[in-house]
Amino acid sequence: MSSAVMSEAPILEMHDVDMRFTLGGLVGKRTTLRALSGISLKLTPGRALALVGESGSGKSTCARMLARVYEPAAGEISFRGADIGRLSGKALTDYRAQVQMIFQDPFGSLNPTQTIGYILERPLRLHRPELSSKQVRTQSEALLTQVGLVPAPEYLKRRPHELSGGQRQRVAIARALSVNPTVLLADEPTSMLDVSVRLGILNLLDDLKREKNLAALYITHDIATARYFAEDTAVMYAGHLVEQGPSEAITDHPRHPYTQLLIAAVPNPKNKISGAAVRRATDIPLWTAESRGCPFAPRCPRATDICREMMPDPTPVGDSHMARCHHL
Amino acid sequence: MLTPPLIEVRNLTVDYVGANTVSRAVNGIDFDIRPGEAFGLAGESGCGKSTVAFALARLTRLPGLVSGGAVRFLGEDVLSFSAERLRRYRWSEVSFVFQSAMNALNPVIKVSEQIEDAILAHRPKASRAETLARTAELFELVGISPRRLDDYPHQFSGGMRQRICIAMALALEPRLIIMDEPTTALDVVVQRDIIEQICALKARFGFSVLFITHDLGLMIEFCDRIGVMYAGELVEVAPASAILTAPQHPYTRALGRSFPPLSGPRVRLEGIAGSPPSLSALPEGCRFSPRCGEAIPICVRLAPELRPTPATGGEAACHLLS
Repeated sequence: MSSAVMSEAPILEMHDVDMRFTLGGLVGKRTTLRALSGISLKLTPGRALALVGESGSGKSTCARMLARVYEPAAGEISFRGADIGRLSGKALTDYRAQVQMIFQDPFGSLNPTQTIGYILERPLRLHRPELSSKQVRTQSEALLTQVGLVPAPEYLKRRPHELSGGQRQRVAIARALSVNPTVLLADEPTSMLDVSVRLGILNLLDDLKREKNLAALYITHDIATARYFAEDTAVMYAGHLVEQGPSEAITDHPRHPYTQLLIAAVPNPKNKISGAAVRRATDIPLWTAESRGCPFAPRCPRATDICREMMPDPTPVGDSHMARCHHL
Repeated sequence: MLTPPLIEVRNLTVDYVGANTVSRAVNGIDFDIRPGEAFGLAGESGCGKSTVAFALARLTRLPGLVSGGAVRFLGEDVLSFSAERLRRYRWSEVSFVFQSAMNALNPVIKVSEQIEDAILAHRPKASRAETLARTAELFELVGISPRRLDDYPHQFSGGMRQRICIAMALALEPRLIIMDEPTTALDVVVQRDIIEQICALKARFGFSVLFITHDLGLMIEFCDRIGVMYAGELVEVAPASAILTAPQHPYTRALGRSFPPLSGPRVRLEGIAGSPPSLSALPEGCRFSPRCGEAIPICVRLAPELRPTPATGGEAACHLLS
């Protein structure tokens, strides 16, 4: 799993994207939540980018924007150089086939009343109407074999409740692959699965990424699996990218204090917990229109006055490695 | 082992009873929990960890049935407790923290009232002022401001709700707290804060913990001793550090290889191939043998028994060790 040389051009890019949500409404004060602030990301064929951060940091919002569920409030998302906001008709349908999502909960993402055969057939019929029924069936069986569900004809007849969590996630992956996508957006694809099954799913995604030259976005709060699966890692906090670079550089030499906190929090069997470093509960701040400065400042051991005033620009700290901190 | 154990589990067997089937979820396991000790139960989903925890607190409900063996609490036979003795045993001697704090709290009752209820149920003579003071003290203990006593569960984040569940578990100063995946639903940073807090409280009050999680790294960090379960049986019991440095059972080693490391070269890990057997179709011999890369002919014929492992000072059940 060594990092490949960056040979290909990015296929899907976010340029300085902002996203806002309005909270409150009928009763109480309305506030504008700035869910994403100036996010720039690149997805490259054959490579995976991991997006890590705590709940509420905006990871899933990024994936949904790439899937064109939300329109950016500012900035642009481009696919092969074209703004996806301008796509319509056939071009938009094509885009929806090219960019596929895999969700966290394989219990919720598969229709419980349908057979696996039907679940796999649907996208094929929608996006590849030229296929005959026989071809659809052959294709479905090939997909199941590819994700390791054999004998495939057996699985086509089953329904989701007859499968384990790991097997369901494999069906979800097969469904995503059915329309020959170029980009996979995987939102916590293993966090609901048992430990022994997780590696199998990550290894499957890794094989597919290589064989099909897929660009992958891997959303997780587990920085160790990010390092395992993805060549590059981006760390998010309250809608901001705070550090980005090659995964090994991020875990071996984290520069942003938030990345350092995340890494220190990962269970490390070589340590023994002392109970000495007890901190009070702290939450990610709600980043609103009035918020200023660096969102991590209230929790940051290095914070000074400037941190509460101004968010720093990305600073290069190594080979394709950047961090946003005034005190690097 | 000079002090007598707090909990002794001997040959504990739990069955799940179907219409015309009986599945043995826990098959004759033995272990002790010592006073002040954190004992961990590790293993994949469905290996019987939670079933054991429920049996210790005598919470097993049909279709589950404790069909054999003994659980002793400071020498007393828990399985033959009278209703009145059981009421005293639960919560004031053994309390529980469950995985999902979202579901453990009643959404329409103030959190302070839920803690006060637990106290009053066991200390009916306590005055309102006393229970309120104790509840405020418990909030302080778990790092939440007592100003939030009158809030409802939805006003707290997931991590804070889990802290409230811990406060409730501490309310009657139990000797043992059973923690079933207490931090699994939480983010790593919150998980770290809560585990540190539990450690500090444990050092201060001296209770024992039965800790259940599938995160072996976290378990090795937190626990003193660990029992590894597979398909309803204990396959290895050892000091936590030995589980990391000298795992004796092939399943323990395979579990250890299932977690990507945070340092070193990025190499492919294979984890454990296959999945645990269905309880209704258990393999002959050693239950792990179909997935074991090191199995020898005897493994598929004869089930190995737990034997002392001098290398770790613990026990393991594997033919390769004899």
